[in-house]
Amino acid sequence: MTSSQHAVILVYSTSHALRAERLLQQAGIGSKLIPVPRHVRSDCGVCVRIERADQEAALQALEAAGVEIEGVHRI
Amino acid sequence: MNTAGNAVLFPQANLIYLDNAATSWPKPPEVTQAMVHFMEQVGANPGRSAHRLSVEAARIVYAAREAVAELFNVPDPLHVVFGANGTEALNLALRGLLRPGDHVITSSMEHNSVMRPLRALERQGVEVTVVRCSPEGFLDPADVKAAVRPNTLMIALNHASNVVGTLLPVAEVGRIARAQGLLLLVDAAQTAGAYPLDMAADEIDLLAFTGHKSLYGSMGTGGLVVGERVDVSRLEPLKRGGTGSRSEQEEQPDFLPDMCESGTLNAVGLAGLEAGIRWVLRQGVEAIRAHEMKLTQQLIEGLQEIPDVTLYGGLDTARQTATVSLNIAGMEPSEVGLRLDEEYSILCRVGLHCAPAAHKTIGTFPVGTVRFGLGAFSTALEVDAAVEAIRQLAREAR
Repeated sequence: MTSSQHAVILVYSTSHALRAERLLQQAGIGSKLIPVPRHVRSDCGVCVRIERADQEAALQALEAAGVEIEGVHRI
Repeated sequence: MNTAGNAVLFPQANLIYLDNAATSWPKPPEVTQAMVHFMEQVGANPGRSAHRLSVEAARIVYAAREAVAELFNVPDPLHVVFGANGTEALNLALRGLLRPGDHVITSSMEHNSVMRPLRALERQGVEVTVVRCSPEGFLDPADVKAAVRPNTLMIALNHASNVVGTLLPVAEVGRIARAQGLLLLVDAAQTAGAYPLDMAADEIDLLAFTGHKSLYGSMGTGGLVVGERVDVSRLEPLKRGGTGSRSEQEEQPDFLPDMCESGTLNAVGLAGLEAGIRWVLRQGVEAIRAHEMKLTQQLIEGLQEIPDVTLYGGLDTARQTATVSLNIAGMEPSEVGLRLDEEYSILCRVGLHCAPAAHKTIGTFPVGTVRFGLGAFSTALEVDAAVEAIRQLAREAR
């Protein structure tokens, strides 16, 4: 993957990541669930990778649905 | 609803399966296909690893959460906590929320999945009031209201009796619970998928369901839907362990559903459950209910004509599920059950149905009853055969 174009949204569990994926899909925002990059946090879970250009719209969509976000990182 | 093709579904076409109140059978073919698909094509651990098969498994589990949420009108699928069955869900709600000094109100029509946890909690200092129902199994909401005390935390009710099918007035009790600031826990084992349930409209705070009855999934699936009014920080999980989240911490996560789902879930079962609920949603709960009530009416009318047969419950299809209990004068339920199986290939359930309180209420303790539980795949021919078999057995018992 070309990492410079992406951001990852960290959530609290795989279930939350799947909910985020579904909400983003409904909002017309592309996303992919990937392992949390080692340099971001050492957990075993997945996170939601999006295009950086979509970051603001994605966060708005998730916050509107009440999804708790642990953090956002550019990768 | 369309139940054509029923014969194809039955591996043994000569059997008449009328034990759907225990476990529905047969299942829609999609349910088995979804489970086989999971075993053959997915197989990985949901939500533990992040590779494609693990994510796909987690997606299947999440799809099952969405299906449950759609069926019960729940805004957030993450408030659906999966477990092994309805009993586990009821234990989570009761043992997870009630503390010594709290008061809980229940009915005299409950299954032991509610009664036994409550009796154990009572020994630990939880106050339990069992509101008496009528001999037909009906509950007067005014009696529930009168039982409320300053320390009442919860009202725990089954939505319908597993013995006689009588529906309890959960929406009315829900309004009482809201007005008094109490939690309403509904045991929907007998109704989820067979009778419309709306957590918002019915003002239900905790809904326990099982996957293997009217949701047409496999055994080993069930869950608890936790409503917005429940203080999750007060909810004590039944078990603690790995969740695939917050792995750096040795403390249990404090958010739903992970906090209550330690250990690997029955993902293959949940794949089937999702397919079962989607099947129910495609048929429509109202259409399934209309089919079952037509047959229930036929069964009640047929049995009522037979001398020496006693029927129990309200016998009013507007106020019950597709479960009918009876006794034949002069013949023990166990003998009726054995002869129905061996001589008529009719499978039902006899005895106390894990609900001694309900049998005491309807006056059939300790003998029990013969119970017919119809399902979405039951047919008018099968009901006729059951009525005719009971007619012959009653004649012989005379």
